[in-house]
Amino acid sequence: MKELLETILSPAFGYAILRVTTPILFAGLGAAVTELAGVINIGMEGIMLTAALAGVIVGALCESAAAGLAAAVAAGVLMALVMAYFSLNLKTDIILAGIALNLMASGGTVFLLYVVAHDKGVSSSLASPVLPQVRIPVIDQIPVLGEILSNHNVMVYVALLSVLVVSYFLYRTPYGLRLRAVGENPDAADSVGISVHQVQYVALIISGILGGFGGAHLSMGYVSWFARDMTAGRGFIGIAAQALGGQTPIGTLLASLFFGMTDALSNFMHFIGIPSEFVQMLPYLATVVALALYARRQVTRRARLARVNRPVEAGTGAAAEGD
Amino acid sequence: MNGTTRTTDYLFQVYRTLIAVFLALVLGFVITCFVSEMPLEAFGNFLLGPLTSVRRFGNVIEAAIPLVFTGLAVAIVFQASQFNIGAEGQFFMGAVAAVIVGIVLPLPGVIHVLVCLAAAMAAGALCGWIPGVLKARLGASELVSSLMLNYVYFRLGVYVINYHFRDKEAGALVSWPVRETSWLHQFLQPTRIHWGILVVAAAVVFVYLFLYRTRWGYALRMTGLNINFARYAGISTASVIVYSQVLGGAIAGLGGAVEMLGIHRRFIWMMMPGYGWDGIIVAILARNNPLGVVLGALFLAYMRTGADIMARMTDVSAEMVTVIQGVMILLVTAQAFLAGWRHRIVVREATRRKEVPQSEGAA
Repeated sequence: MKELLETILSPAFGYAILRVTTPILFAGLGAAVTELAGVINIGMEGIMLTAALAGVIVGALCESAAAGLAAAVAAGVLMALVMAYFSLNLKTDIILAGIALNLMASGGTVFLLYVVAHDKGVSSSLASPVLPQVRIPVIDQIPVLGEILSNHNVMVYVALLSVLVVSYFLYRTPYGLRLRAVGENPDAADSVGISVHQVQYVALIISGILGGFGGAHLSMGYVSWFARDMTAGRGFIGIAAQALGGQTPIGTLLASLFFGMTDALSNFMHFIGIPSEFVQMLPYLATVVALALYARRQVTRRARLARVNRPVEAGTGAAAEGD
Repeated sequence: MNGTTRTTDYLFQVYRTLIAVFLALVLGFVITCFVSEMPLEAFGNFLLGPLTSVRRFGNVIEAAIPLVFTGLAVAIVFQASQFNIGAEGQFFMGAVAAVIVGIVLPLPGVIHVLVCLAAAMAAGALCGWIPGVLKARLGASELVSSLMLNYVYFRLGVYVINYHFRDKEAGALVSWPVRETSWLHQFLQPTRIHWGILVVAAAVVFVYLFLYRTRWGYALRMTGLNINFARYAGISTASVIVYSQVLGGAIAGLGGAVEMLGIHRRFIWMMMPGYGWDGIIVAILARNNPLGVVLGALFLAYMRTGADIMARMTDVSAEMVTVIQGVMILLVTAQAFLAGWRHRIVVREATRRKEVPQSEGAA
């Protein structure tokens, strides 16, 4: 018990939480943007995985972390575009398109890795660069906070910054309003001249960029190599995080931190005799419970609205007939 | 009249599926040409390898058996226009339940097998019931809930096996072996084809009869076609949603049990094996028809076996096949793919049909 408390209260634990939260947060933000635009992006997993491999390969070829990062983002966007083209132009069910993308990424990356590095497991034979760590000037000097917040690789800060940027984009720009309008009611948005198609393309591209960042963090920051299926469900956890966080960037951040914390915590629970499996189960159970509670609230609210609106609806109906 | 339109549509769907499969294979060949020094040999092994020996063809059948179960499980739920990503977890828990019963209970031969299968079906059904009820009662997305529950079931299963049934003398993280009385015996040397094949056949026939010959199956399909129409027609769509998920769960759980008792005989999965996702591919290829599921599963298993042979014999790795599978899903499910062609067929038929009464009228 004492060991557990010591671990949890140490700054290193806070540092670890931020590190494991980052890829979940990227995936969550990307999924939140698409969800708000009315398209569900199950393909986050595949987008991140492809980006992670692209970052390692191009980074190693160009001997530059910046080139690797650019390639990761480009790969993420490319995957998102494939998904957008099939689901929006060719009318493939977007969920099935996402599943197909994940499948192709899972096998395709191993295939490519074998072609490039002649290894099916990890890319350790490639000398791939890592993203720089950032020492934050003032905060670095503060005792505990500095140890938690400073000295992360640059993507951790990009993730935190993305929360603000995505928030601003969604709630403070005209395009963000349009995007949310499309998700709320595509027909209504269409009737006022918003191109639903274009908005959903943009939303998917944004999720591709964020997924690209997430992938780069995994293979060029979190560790310095690519391993098969290294996303390990983080794309799906991101989808859970945005569901738990009610599709808002801040909510997604909090939910991602919760997921990150249970992930970091699960390694220490055996100290107090709780199997780590139960701790690892927690975020998923929480998501299901939150989903159920949220849906229940919607049901009661809709029922109340229906009761309140009934006389009004009857009135407008009569008026319409009168016209 | 309606009949001909439906036949045309059905034929069109079949053609489109075949064209999608063909295009995906062509893409696979192009990729092979890029990466291999012996592309023809590699692709030849991929396409024809499984036919070259009894053992290899046996591998196809063995690999198809679990795919039929998850394919059926997904197809049932898809037919009700519900999503099912939960087959993965249901299959997993079915396997866990079967292994526990297989280890713990001392029962005589055939009865032991039946009890294992029943336990697995109950476990799978329970796993499917949760997303079904959440959707039917509260309208909570079954997609997200079943996706999340997969992880819950996975951790739960790993916990149960690791903490209570782990064989500490074995080198890897595996359970004790199940009692021999619970085995589904392999009867066709040199393959590993086992009596689970009878269970597969029973499951296919049952699902077919259920969907097309019972009122519950009819209600399920009506709900899938148009949930509002079904509701106005007096069908309890909420209960349809629940029982489609429960039945799907039971079939997926059964599949987990058959795979355990027929092939592995002890619990070996410390990662999610992925059969639930494969089931989605199979159901898509089969267009949710239970008889088509058998063909879809055999086809997928054939491709996988071919890919393994290709990887063993040549310089192309087996993962190439996942790209082919992905393209296949994308094209088969693309509503707009070849839609122009379909439109022309429908128009041609409509004009032809219109001409007949007109000529009669003229006469």
